[in-house]
Amino acid sequence: MYDPASALRGTEAVFAAHPEVPAVVALKDMAIDAKYDRAELTITVARENLIAAARAVQAAGYNFLEDVTAVDWYPSEPRFQITYHILSHGLKARLRLVVRLDSGDASVDTITTVWPSANFYEREVFDLFGVHFGGHPNLRRIMMPEDWQGHPLRKDYPVEGYR
Amino acid sequence: MAPLAAPELQIPGVEDVIADAARHNGADPTKDHTMVINMGPQHPSTHGVLRLVLEIDGESVVALAPDIGYLHTGIEKTCEAKFYQQVVPLTDRIDYLSPMSNNLCYCLAVEKLLELEIPERAQYLRVLLNELTRIQSHLVWLGTHAMDIGALTVFLYCFREREEILRIFEGVAGQRMMTSYFRIGGVSLEPPTDFYERVRNFLKIMPEKIQQYENLLTGNPIWMGRLKGIGYLSAADAIALGVTGPPLRASGVDWDLRRDMPYSGYDKFQFKVPVSQEGDVWARYVVRMEEMHESVKIAQQALDGMPSGRIVADAPKIILPDREQMKTQMESLIHHFKIVTEGFGVPAGEVLQAIESPRGEMAYYVVSDGTAKPYRVHMRNPSFATLQALETMCKGRLLADVVAVIGSIDIVLGEIDR
Repeated sequence: MYDPASALRGTEAVFAAHPEVPAVVALKDMAIDAKYDRAELTITVARENLIAAARAVQAAGYNFLEDVTAVDWYPSEPRFQITYHILSHGLKARLRLVVRLDSGDASVDTITTVWPSANFYEREVFDLFGVHFGGHPNLRRIMMPEDWQGHPLRKDYPVEGYR
Repeated sequence: MAPLAAPELQIPGVEDVIADAARHNGADPTKDHTMVINMGPQHPSTHGVLRLVLEIDGESVVALAPDIGYLHTGIEKTCEAKFYQQVVPLTDRIDYLSPMSNNLCYCLAVEKLLELEIPERAQYLRVLLNELTRIQSHLVWLGTHAMDIGALTVFLYCFREREEILRIFEGVAGQRMMTSYFRIGGVSLEPPTDFYERVRNFLKIMPEKIQQYENLLTGNPIWMGRLKGIGYLSAADAIALGVTGPPLRASGVDWDLRRDMPYSGYDKFQFKVPVSQEGDVWARYVVRMEEMHESVKIAQQALDGMPSGRIVADAPKIILPDREQMKTQMESLIHHFKIVTEGFGVPAGEVLQAIESPRGEMAYYVVSDGTAKPYRVHMRNPSFATLQALETMCKGRLLADVVAVIGSIDIVLGEIDR
């Protein structure tokens, strides 16, 4: 069974325990938080550094963007956690890159310039969470109808909907 | 009343014909040459409710935009309102052609959150059923793909074998398609006594049947003409556009999660990962046919090496007790009551569990806040990402090739829209 004490929290603890992991080397200066839990590495970066961080991990061998999604931590702030899962075919390892956004200014730069596959994923997050991706080539709703009001995966949106 | 005037016939002049030919030979497509047409959502060869908006110049595709969301049912939102164990039946409905893969991926994700040890017998059963699912899903792909191209016979042969797999599923889970057979911590029931015999018989005949389909298709000049050199996707494009599974391996990237990042005991099995360098529709056909052969081998190994023992982990607070125990032991009755009414708490944290589904890399991202209901469940579905590569594959090709390419990427709209 899971033992919460096995998790490493904070940049210092994680970077000290895994100094040779390429993602740790690449993001040493940009990371503002880190976690090593259940054999998964999570690194949080500031919103402004996202593109630089994405390019750095891409150069470090994490070549495949697996997924972009969000978690809504309503009502606590920062409310939105944008999660990028990046896989390395060469290293056979995965990295979770996290950006946290306040509800007042829920926007972040698009990473379609780094990985074109982010296009649909970011549209999905925009549609279902209402997070804006600056510079996205085609930021329209993807799942819900164009004229839909609200963003269904937000925690303050009822499961049954409004209608 | 005056008789209606006959409409004036528009016969293209020789200039139009020459201009048309020039465009096909690579002349610049300008705005007034192109036409926007709609394909789907009710179209037999879009494999569900996929709508494509195509801009065509004569018969060649200039631009293509998929319009999705017709099957969006908000499964991710529904998951947040259910107990962990109640999510399993929802996962069947995502990729309805490979329910066992979805069950497995979700169960593995929650087991990773709990760090639960799964008995070897349950792992072998899961592997066996997952490989049968892969064969079953590839059979649907092959049948419908061939039907789109115009080879109707193959469809009937494929569905004949698929029926046998669905009967095995029915025997083991009570359902043909929405199986929900896996549980967090193991599998729900001991398989029926005739299960092993039926699987053995099926695995005995299957290689011969795959040979039958190949006899019908592989050397067929029409089939080769429609598939070879169509829908090319380079390895770099495939990675940039998030393509996984057979289309990725057909583009020359040697990557299979079952071998490279093993889960559920796949490291104990011997199998080859078919790869092709050509990157066209034909290569995807070859890779999937090879994969069916390999799946038969893995299933055979799982069947032969099936260990004895428990089918669920030893965790009474998470797994429903045996019916007999429940009637005789007070603790079991209490556990049963607690699990059904209150669910079970999962330690806070987040995990991503990826598996190789028949269509590619399927991943479940599960976030727990320590309560009995998942805080967030997100599915990374292979079809959703692969669909983005459709434009790259179809651009500059003929309209009729779009149908062949859609067949070759084997999308399921249920998992695209969720």
